[in-house]
Amino acid sequence: MAKLATATRSPALAGKSIGGQGVSLKVLEPAGRMSLRARPAAVAALSRALGVTLPQKSKTSAAKHGRFALWLGPDEWLVIDEAGADLLADCSSVKGLHSAVDVSHRNVGIAVAGPNAALVINAGCPQDLSLQAFPVGACSRTVLGKVEIVLLRTGEDAFRVECWRSFSDYVYGFLSEAARG
Amino acid sequence: MLLIHCPYCEEERPELEFRNAGEAHIARSTNIAAESDEDFEKFFFIRSNPKGVIFERWRHIHGCARFFNVARDTITDRFLLTYKAGEPKPDIATLSSEAGPAAWANRPPDQLNEKPRAKRSTKGEA
Repeated sequence: MAKLATATRSPALAGKSIGGQGVSLKVLEPAGRMSLRARPAAVAALSRALGVTLPQKSKTSAAKHGRFALWLGPDEWLVIDEAGADLLADCSSVKGLHSAVDVSHRNVGIAVAGPNAALVINAGCPQDLSLQAFPVGACSRTVLGKVEIVLLRTGEDAFRVECWRSFSDYVYGFLSEAARG
Repeated sequence: MLLIHCPYCEEERPELEFRNAGEAHIARSTNIAAESDEDFEKFFFIRSNPKGVIFERWRHIHGCARFFNVARDTITDRFLLTYKAGEPKPDIATLSSEAGPAAWANRPPDQLNEKPRAKRSTKGEA
């Protein structure tokens, strides 16, 4: 009789958090993520299927019911569902030509919050994170130290940093060091 | 740090997000097999490497990931113009006569994301 093998997925840095001077870091729960590329013709249908309007303007994002759509490029979005819903299933009915790849376990999300959040991220990120240049809801693919991240401003003093799983140790370590002040 | 205007993100971004991708406007022959060795060498290896204005491809690799073209002065390292891939090569004479500070992007933060000059905001399909 064959034994049933079951694998338990262990998220990277699960549940880690740290509080520093005016800033707190928290590794976020696993979420559903999708890398989406589509021509303009399919965007409206995809927005309807996903229930969140895909933003068309650079550095903007849209959010609805715990689902975020982040503009990464002129035809490229990162869609995050905090509840971990199957984003690919939602897109499967769309007829227009598009490419949807599930990258849920490729990324680790880290919440950086507090009055010094922008300063801590700016320790390794060269972008202007003032509210003028990077308002609430702004998002961008950029760099932190020596790795690539996707940055989303969720509040005036709150950010979501998305990095690749294998870079998460580096990113979390980098941000913790920066948070020490 | 240089600030480079990405024509797709439509704003200035730090140079760390960009990567140079060699000389621009080098057309590959439609019948590459018929090229003579000398012509292929010219197409493949020989670059102009001028002192002065050069047209280059750049990629906003840690941003929107798009390739675009720039006109850059190799002496001052000043980016004279950035434009989307596929747009025609601008006239070099009009570029070099352009006056202005070498680091034109050194502006106060509140003016940073405004469209700088009419010439920079070239619109069109890639």
